[in-house]
Amino acid sequence: MEWEVVIGLETHTQLQTKTKIFSGASTAFGSEPNTQACVVSLALPGVLPVLNQEAVKCAIKFGLAVNAEIAPRSVFARKNYFYPDLPKGYQISQYELPVVGQGSMTIQVGSGDKAYEKVINITRAHLEEDAGKSVHGAQEGMSGIDLNRAGTPLLEIVTEPDMRSAAEAVAYAKKLHDLVQWIGICDGNMQEGSFRCDVNVSVRPKGSDKLGTRREIKNLNSFKFMQQAIEYETSWQIETLEDGGTIQQATVLFNPDTGETRAMRSKEEANDYRYFPDPDLLPLAISESDISKVKAEMPELPEAMKARFEAQYGLAHYDANALTSSRGTADYFVATVDAGSDAKLAANWVMGSVSAKLNAEDKEISESPISQSALASLIKRIQDGTISNNAAKQVFEAMWAGEGDADSIIESKGLKQVSDSGAIEAIVDEVLAANAAMVEEFKAGKEKAFNALVGQAMKASKGKANPAQVNEILKKKLGAGV
Amino acid sequence: MSLNSADIKRIAHLARIEVSDAEADATLTKLTGILGLIEQMQAVDTKGIVPMSHSQDVTQRLREDVVTEINQRELFQSIAPAVEGGLYLVPKVIE
Repeated sequence: MEWEVVIGLETHTQLQTKTKIFSGASTAFGSEPNTQACVVSLALPGVLPVLNQEAVKCAIKFGLAVNAEIAPRSVFARKNYFYPDLPKGYQISQYELPVVGQGSMTIQVGSGDKAYEKVINITRAHLEEDAGKSVHGAQEGMSGIDLNRAGTPLLEIVTEPDMRSAAEAVAYAKKLHDLVQWIGICDGNMQEGSFRCDVNVSVRPKGSDKLGTRREIKNLNSFKFMQQAIEYETSWQIETLEDGGTIQQATVLFNPDTGETRAMRSKEEANDYRYFPDPDLLPLAISESDISKVKAEMPELPEAMKARFEAQYGLAHYDANALTSSRGTADYFVATVDAGSDAKLAANWVMGSVSAKLNAEDKEISESPISQSALASLIKRIQDGTISNNAAKQVFEAMWAGEGDADSIIESKGLKQVSDSGAIEAIVDEVLAANAAMVEEFKAGKEKAFNALVGQAMKASKGKANPAQVNEILKKKLGAGV
Repeated sequence: MSLNSADIKRIAHLARIEVSDAEADATLTKLTGILGLIEQMQAVDTKGIVPMSHSQDVTQRLREDVVTEINQRELFQSIAPAVEGGLYLVPKVIE
């Protein structure tokens, strides 16, 4: 039987606020344990939560970015469960009336000929507080509790079960990861837990419109693990069903060391959260004018920018897409063009050499040692024919290594392209005289010999001859219509 | 909707309340009474009525995103039964 996998995601994004969602304690990461745990974080008796307006603003921004309805009135609820890193005995979350309603996002899956676009529907997004952290092994038989993270604002973003492969799920997660950073609501740091995904996976016979029983893979904090976990879970479910077994709804954990998923024991789950509206918090009202105020502060969104890059600069869809994958890349590209670079060349350099170097050195584009204007000055030298593409690559390497600006490197390395036709003609003549055998081969019909001659001429010029001119002169001299 | 004593035990467990068998029976009677009352109320037509989430008809006041709390760890931990290296210690939680 052919099977189809059905995937939905729940993502917890930590909002970039200075303080916690319900108190004025700092949210800075990496501080000494419990130094940012105030009376509200500790849930001391009698304390009351007061909602952080910045967290609300972040939720509105996200709603606008995915074309979702923003609830004029939403309600906070208590999600009850017991765990030592949750001192209140409940998490303040939103249940029946979330702040962000239905929206959607378009993702790009795959690359090259097999690439396709797909719309992923967002069910909802709601505000909630994070729990603290348990540290095990601090003392025999004891667990240590650090409540610095308790009360950190989260926006939980939930999708419809719209994804049909691990690749689609990862493409969605990456796109969401880019988007929340683009609109400045989350730093996207997965190591520090700022962006965590729970993935619901089920399988069904292809063509069926009934959903299978799902298992939820908890807390995936890397895209690589997400891919592995979904692939393992999918084949496990298919094998189980083909062997005549049934799938039990469960929460599972992924073990990166073995690449396997395993169900948590039933005691570790308490799905009966006994939600009810939190009497300590009044309903959250968001007016049209609140929304327009936030709208005015929003940056141009990636989809809009992508369309603009295609229209304004004539970039291919694929290139426009790659350049708008992160705001840093898009801003860098725009600044390079604004500094006088041809847009298509700038696109090629940003997606090519710059991104390759950044990847190799594991750097963000903001850390690029070559500024946008410096890159533009290099590209301008290609545009005006001063240097060849090959020479430009050498100049780029030197600029990256901090050897100076484009013009001084071109000068000091003697990379200026020879475009003087007299000089090139002299070189071509020499090459023709020295390679009589190749000339004969060419005349005998071996077209490859032509390229070999071009190569020889470039070599004789130490790579400085303008290749287009060499081609042209050589063609003329050989009297050939190659 | 009717409850049995297993439901009572389960609810008590979720709320971390210890209930003896005798107490469970008494609780079952009381809760069944409450559920009966709710069933009676279900008969009221509430179509078009927005569920009340708070007894007062006012909305949430928002706080500016400014740090107002200082580190008072020492003070808070002075009343904790066990601490170590700044952590509150609790009986071991199994992952």
